[in-house]
Amino acid sequence: MKGKTMLDTDEQPTGSQTKARDDYLLDVEHTRQGYALNQMCGSLIRAENRARFSENEARYCDEFGLSPEQKQAVLERDWTAMMNLGGSIFYTFKLATLDKKSMQYLGGVFTGMSTEQFTEALRSGGRRFG
Amino acid sequence: MANVIWGLATSHVPSIGAAMDNGKTEDPYWKPLFDGYAPARKWMAEHPPDVAVIVYNDHANAIGMDLVPTFAIGTADSYDVADEGWGRRQVPPVVGAPQLSEHLVRELVDSSFDIATANRLDVDHGLTVPLSVYCSEPGEAWPCTVVPVLVNVIQSPQPTAARCYEFGKAIGQAIRSFPQDSKVAVFGTGGMSHQLAGARAGLINEQFDRWFLKKIENDPEALAALTREDYVREAGTEGIEMIMWLVMRGAMSTNISRVHDAYHVPASNTAAALALFDDLGDRPETAT
Ligand SMILES: [Fe+2]
Repeated sequence: MKGKTMLDTDEQPTGSQTKARDDYLLDVEHTRQGYALNQMCGSLIRAENRARFSENEARYCDEFGLSPEQKQAVLERDWTAMMNLGGSIFYTFKLATLDKKSMQYLGGVFTGMSTEQFTEALRSGGRRFG
Repeated sequence: MANVIWGLATSHVPSIGAAMDNGKTEDPYWKPLFDGYAPARKWMAEHPPDVAVIVYNDHANAIGMDLVPTFAIGTADSYDVADEGWGRRQVPPVVGAPQLSEHLVRELVDSSFDIATANRLDVDHGLTVPLSVYCSEPGEAWPCTVVPVLVNVIQSPQPTAARCYEFGKAIGQAIRSFPQDSKVAVFGTGGMSHQLAGARAGLINEQFDRWFLKKIENDPEALAALTREDYVREAGTEGIEMIMWLVMRGAMSTNISRVHDAYHVPASNTAAALALFDDLGDRPETAT
């Protein structure tokens, strides 16, 4: 298909100062690790669950059996830590939605950019690699 | 007998649906995308199907991590529109085509695709946005019934691109052996390049997308030959959902012609595209 892959480039894209991994592949090992976290976030599609979560976030996390690290990541809204602890973006995005944060905000978090910078990068054709 | 009359490949980005729902299609941000859709929409409106077989993936709305089917088919009379956590889209409920679903399930299992079935399935933006791309003003009811076909594109290992293409061929054969006279459109949804999480979030690969848009018509084998790693590297961790276009392509005959396509960056964090193909089947190419 293509000779050169983006993985063999030594050119660093802008705004790559981040502790996020390049890619989260969500293999079975990852989703096993993230199961409780993802189920908890996924439950937030229901209004009654959002209300209970907002009432007492820590207790709600305990009900779902989150690990201490996952619970801390949720309470601190450490979006990258959630991914590192088995999160799936489609699930953690439910929590972001509850906080009225956009996918562009999260993109900024993962890439070390402001929401505005990230949105602008998309508007000017997206971030290119390789 | 039933036959496939056309195939539509389209992105299913939630914000495309929201732009339509909130009357923003004329905004400068959205206008180029919707202008690109216009010729395809006009043609589809002139060629309405009885049933749409919509190949899509759920995004943490109907399917959790409890059970992750690689391929599944909805077999219900109707499907509610999912509340994804920000309120239901104000679009009509989706009416099923249970007899075609049942036929597809049996034929697919007999051709060694051991798929899961769903009697209850709240359909999310992955399915409803493509329906809105086809029909922007459904009024009280969508103009066709629907068979939802789910593909796991989120948890790795996703099915290979080659398997998706073969799955599509089996779906096409099954449709063509359905004894009722019905006109079927097949939707392949998702893509194009995008990545939502990780340090490569915001990835867009226009070169790859345009190559894919070209190959999907007459050289789908080249796309089926790519590995899952190829898709993730070139199109992003979420861009891999483009393998669902291969299901659509597989369901069509070898004799197709491109009606229209459009490519636009961005729709939120995604490269959005549409490609519409007329299935000529055994009709001569000159027929319109
Ligand atoms: Fe998707």
